[in-house]
Amino acid sequence: MFEVNADRDQRLITLLEGQFPGMVLQHEVLLDMLCITVSKDKINEMLQFLYDHKELRFTFLTSLCGMHYPDDALQLGLVYHLHSLSNNYRIRLKTATALDDPHFPTATNIFMTANWMERETYDFFGILFDGHPNLKRILNVDDFEGFPMRKDFRLEDQSREDKNDAMFGR
Amino acid sequence: MVNFDKLPDGHIGTGFFATSFEQAIGLARKNSLWPLPFATSCCGIEFMATMGAHYDLARFGSERLSFSPRQSDLLMVMGTIAKKMAPVLKEVYIQMAEPKWVLSVGACASSGGIFDTYSVLQGIDRIIPVDVYVPGCPPRPEQIIDGILKIQELVGNEGLRRRYSPEYEHLQAKYNIE
Repeated sequence: MFEVNADRDQRLITLLEGQFPGMVLQHEVLLDMLCITVSKDKINEMLQFLYDHKELRFTFLTSLCGMHYPDDALQLGLVYHLHSLSNNYRIRLKTATALDDPHFPTATNIFMTANWMERETYDFFGILFDGHPNLKRILNVDDFEGFPMRKDFRLEDQSREDKNDAMFGR
Repeated sequence: MVNFDKLPDGHIGTGFFATSFEQAIGLARKNSLWPLPFATSCCGIEFMATMGAHYDLARFGSERLSFSPRQSDLLMVMGTIAKKMAPVLKEVYIQMAEPKWVLSVGACASSGGIFDTYSVLQGIDRIIPVDVYVPGCPPRPEQIIDGILKIQELVGNEGLRRRYSPEYEHLQAKYNIE
């Protein structure tokens, strides 16, 4: 179990706010992990800063995934789970973008492991990672249409003919 | 105990039996099917029980499983086929030599089953022709044996010219198989 260290969290927030003024939009401790919501403009520089920082050393990207909140103005989100192995310190970094501008800079220049994660995020959410070396579908079939994890994607297979209204008494 | 299959129609006399080529070959084929198990999920486990000593599919002449499509007569598809698996399954079917039959075991292989979703093929008959469907989720070994017996019925009664007929060609063409 990870212990919350409020002082450490506060030091990190202050540091980030000093380095990237106006970029840190919100921060809270969810469950046992600090979760920072930032604007997407300098997300790549922020990851690089956290990676390079002498003491923090967030050198491990545990996970990267997409989000879709259809009621928000910035519908498409992205979550980075960062891990500082030397400090045993984990944080989440959240950022978001509008649906008609689904672009984020790639993180493959910092973390090699981001390659497949970004392909998966593209595959399921349609988020485009600018600068990714090989941005194509990874889990779904290559000629798949649509992005199945978006909330407006119809869950049932649309090619089924036997599941009509009569079958369900509708 | 040894069971003998029923004699087909023909002429019997002292020391000889005469019947049509078609029926003799049908009799031989149906009692020596070499199945190719294409097992992807829980129906495959039921199939293992079907092959095991208790249910013993060998009683029906099908104990010799072939894991090479080139040497098998019967493709047994057991389990959920994801859309990404579909081209693989089709390739396996194409690689099988004629004459070949297909048994679709379980709800998933037959219709997609409970997996009515974007990633699962909604029935293997969308990509390859199927001869017999076995319902169930998963079906019991008895049902799989029943399916095999239905296949045997088809095999035993199939005309030798069927695979050269325009109807068969049309069927293959419907699935874009040459």
